[in-house]
Amino acid sequence: MSATAELRSGAMTAPDAPPRPALSVEGLTISVRAEGRERALVRDLSFTLAPGETIAIAGESGSGKSLTSLAIMGLLPPPALRVSAGAIRLDGEDLTRLPEGRMRAIRGNRIAMIFQEPMTSLNPVLSIGRQLSEAIRAHAPVSRTEARRRALEALKAVRISEPERRLDQFPHELSGGMRQRVMIAMALALRPDVLIADEPTTALDVTVQREVLDLLRDLQREMGTAIILITHDMGVVAEMAERVIVMKQGQVVETGPVAQIFAAPQQPYTRDLLAAVPRMGDGSGAPAPAAETAPVARLRDLCVRFDIRGGLLSRVTHRVHAVEGVSFDIRAGETFSLVGESGCGKSTIAKALTGLVPHQGSIEVAGHRLGGLSPREMKALRRDVQIVFQDPMAALDPRMRVGDLVGEPLLIHGIGTPETRRARVATLFERVGLARDQLDRYPHEFSGGQRQRICIARAFALQPKLIIADESVSALDVSVQARVLDLLAALKREFGIAYLFISHDMAVVENISDRVAVMFMGQMVEMGTRAQIFGNPQHPYTRRLMAAVPVPDPGFERPPLPRLAGEVPSPVYPLGKAPRRQILRDIGGGHLVVGAAAEGR
Amino acid sequence: MLAYVFRRLVQSALILLGVSFITFLLLYVLPADPVRQIAGRSATPETVENIRRQLGLDQPFIVQYGRYLAGLFHGDMGRSYLQKTEVAALIMARLPATLLLMLGAIVAELAIGLSLGVLAAVRRGGALDQSLMIASFVAVSAPQFVVGLLLLYVFAVKLGWFPIGGYGHLSNLVLPAMTLGIMGSGWYSRMMRSSMIDVLRSDYIRTARAKGLGRARVLALHAMPNAILPIIAMIGIDIGIFMSGIVVVESVFGWPGIGQLAWQAIQRVDIPIIMGVTLVSACAIVLGNLLADLVTPFIDPRIKLR
Repeated sequence: MSATAELRSGAMTAPDAPPRPALSVEGLTISVRAEGRERALVRDLSFTLAPGETIAIAGESGSGKSLTSLAIMGLLPPPALRVSAGAIRLDGEDLTRLPEGRMRAIRGNRIAMIFQEPMTSLNPVLSIGRQLSEAIRAHAPVSRTEARRRALEALKAVRISEPERRLDQFPHELSGGMRQRVMIAMALALRPDVLIADEPTTALDVTVQREVLDLLRDLQREMGTAIILITHDMGVVAEMAERVIVMKQGQVVETGPVAQIFAAPQQPYTRDLLAAVPRMGDGSGAPAPAAETAPVARLRDLCVRFDIRGGLLSRVTHRVHAVEGVSFDIRAGETFSLVGESGCGKSTIAKALTGLVPHQGSIEVAGHRLGGLSPREMKALRRDVQIVFQDPMAALDPRMRVGDLVGEPLLIHGIGTPETRRARVATLFERVGLARDQLDRYPHEFSGGQRQRICIARAFALQPKLIIADESVSALDVSVQARVLDLLAALKREFGIAYLFISHDMAVVENISDRVAVMFMGQMVEMGTRAQIFGNPQHPYTRRLMAAVPVPDPGFERPPLPRLAGEVPSPVYPLGKAPRRQILRDIGGGHLVVGAAAEGR
Repeated sequence: MLAYVFRRLVQSALILLGVSFITFLLLYVLPADPVRQIAGRSATPETVENIRRQLGLDQPFIVQYGRYLAGLFHGDMGRSYLQKTEVAALIMARLPATLLLMLGAIVAELAIGLSLGVLAAVRRGGALDQSLMIASFVAVSAPQFVVGLLLLYVFAVKLGWFPIGGYGHLSNLVLPAMTLGIMGSGWYSRMMRSSMIDVLRSDYIRTARAKGLGRARVLALHAMPNAILPIIAMIGIDIGIFMSGIVVVESVFGWPGIGQLAWQAIQRVDIPIIMGVTLVSACAIVLGNLLADLVTPFIDPRIKLR
């Protein structure tokens, strides 16, 4: 859809004249001053945004896309960062030259913004109603009651459940999806001309992302707001935007209508970026390895519950049923994936497997049963199970050299002499694609992808039987993600190791898994081979998860789905009550589904 | 909330019991003999023994402590060895002065510390920030008797703005309260500065600015309440720190509070008064901390007292 076709009745101009842009950016250059030198972080960026249009700025970390949005808002943190050249024009006025007082009248009024982290973007000590009406009263001269009425109206517009009650609630009482709705309500309450959405759904679960994207599109249609969508997710770009600007290291690589960029990318970087995007298919591909290898891990009827105390004597009143009656095997040499949304218990299973949380039921790892082990036996068991975490920066001690970090497991388990350890670390380093001479550097000297490689090298140091990868590639850029996934697959083939791969990303799971289990509210709702789950999903929740994934294809027609505003049910039960156990049935070939064979519950 | 307060009060009673035991034990093993103080140098051994028996100081430790505790449960803190007055009456006569002094000190240290901390955070890295942080370091390190005498010399003797000593008027309170609070103001300015810097970096401050709010409103309404949160708990602890300070400050300024009472009692080994003052102080500390914890949920809705 071209920009001119989007011309709305509200923005009437001469029929053949181009519509007056809602915003235009001309030769924008953003510089940072460090050590007395100025360095451009964004160079010569130009685009115009028509009323009601959505333009996506896509790129990986360090591309300058978020800096651009802060520059438009006039929120670049001084004095280090500043707009050093170019102009940002709104109604012909250059925003980069406006004094703070006049810029303030535009911020939140004509141009509004929503951010990536809904969990931290709202002030924790002020009520939702107060934060909303404050945004309204900052620009509209209305009374408190009137502002509150309009705040309620804005909440209703974003289809939040029980809007009246939300006004008096505080941010911590709301889920991430609800908080992002509040942010959108706040941004759109004054009907701005331009909305900047900086990774608005990156921190959200995939079904919530779906709801928020739908909502943004509905509101845009209703209000005619122009949207600048900042994102790294090409699926979101394909579904939301009309035009796209691909950026890399502060420079525009390519720009054009979405259909054209996806169908015929001109630049090699755009082609690589699109090629690296994991796509969901029907689960075809190489079949899972022979089913009859011995299991590395056996979980039977695993339950993990956390107590919530209350009352005069702080007795247990409620329990969080984090994991409830989960059973599965992980076979040698396979990748077994757990998928589900936040709070479904997938990470708790990983913790139970490594003995980090107490559990009920039985867990056997490499022939040893967890629970009742002596500290020494526990230590031996830990040799066989290693974890690669989500955030490689947080998982590496910033004050240790990376060589020592990778060699530390060997040291802890007393393996080898200093020389042999050093040699082993060097071999591991080369195996994960890093250079031997980088061993004496510190974690901050590496990029995110390299850090994750270091974490992988550390996990492999003890030659474990099972590696738990807990969202290990979720924080990485797509091109880096693809390479790390390749590395994991290659290492699996080489060492015959098994992975427990935990992820919320259905496309990534399809690309790497042999078998998949879908979890919901602490229980498993479906389990089977990749082909069974992705080719023939049975449970409604599995289908919903898959349908929610953004498709990186502008031509894709999404079947209309009912707009959802519901809340995720809670796994907290009063003492003595327990969630109803779901019974898994085999519908053929080891494909297990909850409830009736074909229809689900 | 009520259940929480009840549980905390039970805990507090146990703490006070522990404090009373430890203090009593320390005084028991102290080599100084209170009876000698009472009887005077010229007393005969018989008189000394008589007094000792009268006061029950010839009894084994556990009996003495048991009697003291039994008295406490009936609201009897005993009588001063030397003044023969009831300890409770002595303390009650002087407690208001001390509480007033502490209140003044808290107001002074918060007013000075928090405002300078915010100023330093906003001007972070600048000359003002650096000089404020040096000043706060001096404030934290300076001994109270030096600060007290310095303030007296400058503001009372030289400038004549405030009286040199005395009690009863608001102007009497200013210098002692400043002296007692100046160390805290140094602490608070440093804590508030780092807390503010953290908060100013947070996402919700960016959101507040993106709404188009003015700088002053962002600071006062969005940043400060969040920055103060980690500091509130410290105010409860302050009361404990003040307790050691009032002995010095009350002596320097001739302030008629329990600090002076305690100082005299220690010199004369007047055990009932020492015990009384210690227990009242412990009570104040325990209640101060409880109060600080009770205030927190009013500022931070995420905190529920259970």
